[in-house]
Amino acid sequence: MAETVKPVQTQKRLFPFTVKVEQRLTDVPKWLPPVISLGAVVVALLIGAIILALAGGDPLRAYGHIAKASFGSLGVFSDTIVKATPLILVGLACSIAFSMRLWNIGAEGQFFMGAFAASAIVLIPVLPAEAPRWQFILLMILAGMVGGALWGFIPGFLKARFNVNEIISTLMMNYIAVAWNNYFIFAVWTEGGFQMSRMFPRNAWLPRLADYAKEVTIFRGLTTHGGLIIALIAAAVVWFILYPSQWGYEIRLIGDNPRAARYAGINIAKHTVLVMMVSGALAGLAGMSEISGVVHRLQGAISPGYGFTGIIVAWLAKLNPIAVVIVSILFGALILAGREIQPSGVPKMIQGIILVCLIASDFLTRYRIRLVRAVEA
Amino acid sequence: MDQGGVVVPEKEIIVRMEGIVKRFPGVLANDQVNFTLRKQEIHALLGENGAGKSTLMNILAGMYQPDAGTITIHGKPVAFHSPRQAIDAGIGMVHQHFMLVPSQTVTENILLGLEKPRFFLHLQEYDRVVSDLGDRFGLRVDPRAKVWQLSVGEQQRVEILKMLYRGAEVLVMDEPTAVLAPQEIDGLFNTLRAMVAEGKSIIFISHKLQEVMSIADEVTVLRRGKVTASGVKPGQSSRAELARLMVGREVLFRLDKKHVELGKNVLTVENVHAENDKGFPALKGVSLHVREGEVVGLAGVAGNGQRELAEVITGMRKATQGKVYAQGQDITNQSVRNSIRQGIAHVPEDRTHVGTAPNLSVTDNVIMKTYNQAPICQGWILNTVAAERYANELKEAYDIIVPSIQTPVRLLSGGNLQRVILAREISSKPNLMVAMQPTRGLDVGAIEGVHRLLLAQRETGAAILLVSEELEELLSLSDRIYVIYEGQIMGEVADGDIEKIGLMMTGTRLDQIAVQGEASNG
Repeated sequence: MAETVKPVQTQKRLFPFTVKVEQRLTDVPKWLPPVISLGAVVVALLIGAIILALAGGDPLRAYGHIAKASFGSLGVFSDTIVKATPLILVGLACSIAFSMRLWNIGAEGQFFMGAFAASAIVLIPVLPAEAPRWQFILLMILAGMVGGALWGFIPGFLKARFNVNEIISTLMMNYIAVAWNNYFIFAVWTEGGFQMSRMFPRNAWLPRLADYAKEVTIFRGLTTHGGLIIALIAAAVVWFILYPSQWGYEIRLIGDNPRAARYAGINIAKHTVLVMMVSGALAGLAGMSEISGVVHRLQGAISPGYGFTGIIVAWLAKLNPIAVVIVSILFGALILAGREIQPSGVPKMIQGIILVCLIASDFLTRYRIRLVRAVEA
Repeated sequence: MDQGGVVVPEKEIIVRMEGIVKRFPGVLANDQVNFTLRKQEIHALLGENGAGKSTLMNILAGMYQPDAGTITIHGKPVAFHSPRQAIDAGIGMVHQHFMLVPSQTVTENILLGLEKPRFFLHLQEYDRVVSDLGDRFGLRVDPRAKVWQLSVGEQQRVEILKMLYRGAEVLVMDEPTAVLAPQEIDGLFNTLRAMVAEGKSIIFISHKLQEVMSIADEVTVLRRGKVTASGVKPGQSSRAELARLMVGREVLFRLDKKHVELGKNVLTVENVHAENDKGFPALKGVSLHVREGEVVGLAGVAGNGQRELAEVITGMRKATQGKVYAQGQDITNQSVRNSIRQGIAHVPEDRTHVGTAPNLSVTDNVIMKTYNQAPICQGWILNTVAAERYANELKEAYDIIVPSIQTPVRLLSGGNLQRVILAREISSKPNLMVAMQPTRGLDVGAIEGVHRLLLAQRETGAAILLVSEELEELLSLSDRIYVIYEGQIMGEVADGDIEKIGLMMTGTRLDQIAVQGEASNG
């Protein structure tokens, strides 16, 4: 029997190797995960290039164009930073929630509620129009955080109390937030029938670099605004929470094994609500920063899906707040390039491919792939 | 023990495995293993956890393919690529975890996956076939009962019937007694003997010496993937000798238990009622107490309320009725955190799902209960230097074998993982320790280590409530033993009377046993 099988086998074997997938039984070295991630991005860009070429485009030119449109000059780089600012905050919001395996898909809605609450300070108005800038900014920051936190509290509470799946509730609450916003811009704060509020007074604007062009001439025309500072401070705070703090340990423990956390005496319900609120507050802060730093009024189209891109950013950054800042800048560049490139779907496609490659590459940190010489005989 | 009059000097060889090699990533599970099974023989495959017993048998049953080696059945070489091919050649394996459909009847489960009957199930007809088959081999089970209604022992019988129905000549039983109560084990052994008398041959995988001694005709001992002894006849070999072959060194069966003065009551449980995860009553009025310097065993077949009781004591589950006192203080339904502060340590049954966080490091796992206390906690910050120093201390003191304390614990072996948990729980200097199945799945050497740690705790005056399904473990460690059955304490024994414990484990109250005893004496 063995003799009859042999020739069949050699015929079948096209390659002298077989691929073997083995689980890694030892810890991976520290440098490996970042290298794998980088490799995944490169692979993603190659796949994107193939698709571009198949579609009749010139991948090199397209990528060159993207790079030039977002990093080509100080002006466009400043615009990239403007796009990156809300992404950083939303990416942080997702990172802290995901660290606890709390799938907050509702950053978009929390972003809108933050924008709404911050606008309310100006539009109700809570402060008189001539109030000093620092009062406006401070109050708007607080309002934005409270608005987002409230929108995070609801699904957090439902999860903690009734075990309602947070993926569904946060996702659905996005639509409620958008509709809520629409009600106000259509009916309450409408500016002469247009679907937007009136322009905010200048002292409710986050300062821009361009505002200081008189003192520093190269700042002329640069749109980067104070939201960046808020975002960077937030990144530092989230880093502190997630890494050296006691709370971060609790979050990681719950994230890795909720039953073990309960066994260690940690009140999971409390942390579920708290983390959802902090996550919501960060997303709300993004909304405030966008309203006060870029749009300067409340309107419908304030987000090209920042809340959802934030999910991708958080994953790409492996939930690391410092990496969130870097990844956000890259994604800011892709969003900016979307305006330049025709068709504008290309950057979105690249985003998608990068995410898929990155998630797939995680496999390599848990398994290793070996080529095994096929045994003759 | 002879099997009736069929003993002929040389029984026919049915299965011969030669030079079997099987590699898994990082492990050589089987290294040049030879194994021979003769007709109408109960052949025990003895070895510690991870010795390669199940691997070898999974190869025979077609689940794995060997990297090298040959298998012959009735002298003909075979190479199985699936369990179906193995069963067609007459090899059937009954796995440790049953593969039955709970909502279907016994007959339906037995027919499941077979080519016949097709389209029309003449169930009554097959019910009769199944019950005839059961009668023939002493596997009594109602063919029309749904599987979920059956006890574990009965489900095992269904699994065996499934294999017999498919024409198995050789039955491989993977640790068949692990899930059974003592009386059910006797029943199983009778069945095995009946099957041998009917011409079947049996391979019996076990790491329990006592069972192997009482049932096997021949023993093959595996250690670390290699055969250390074959052709051993239990009658000609002592337990100590087999144990030595199994672990490679002498194992102390008698632990030195020092005399410890018993102090005051540390734990008092009074008439506690509680529900299980599904909301059904799991504890129905449990009362017990544990004193300082005392190891109190809780015996019982799994799922009779042991886990719920441990969880009520440690604050992880609410009692619906009754009281729990720790050192005279009412701690009923307090939070887990309070229970940790009270000095109640808990070694949970489920090491990977409850006791540890698999992807976190050894350090993160050992500080799980002390991370919010000085010196590891400083204000809001976790002092990683102090945490790592602590982890290194425990690693040394408890012989935790890891490349580094940064290693995620999912990469640790069962024994090392248990040492991480015990190190954490013991180092908190508890006055009460609730230990659930602390040695389950560990090899003999690791078990001994755990036992020593527990006894050392007892000598420091801690009270220990030991929940275990291993009677031998309970008997050698405990000062007293309670037996739990369906959420009720059946009674308490201090003299280690195994027969009484066995009867109570299957639902007879101690006072009823006394009455029956008198009746039979009279």
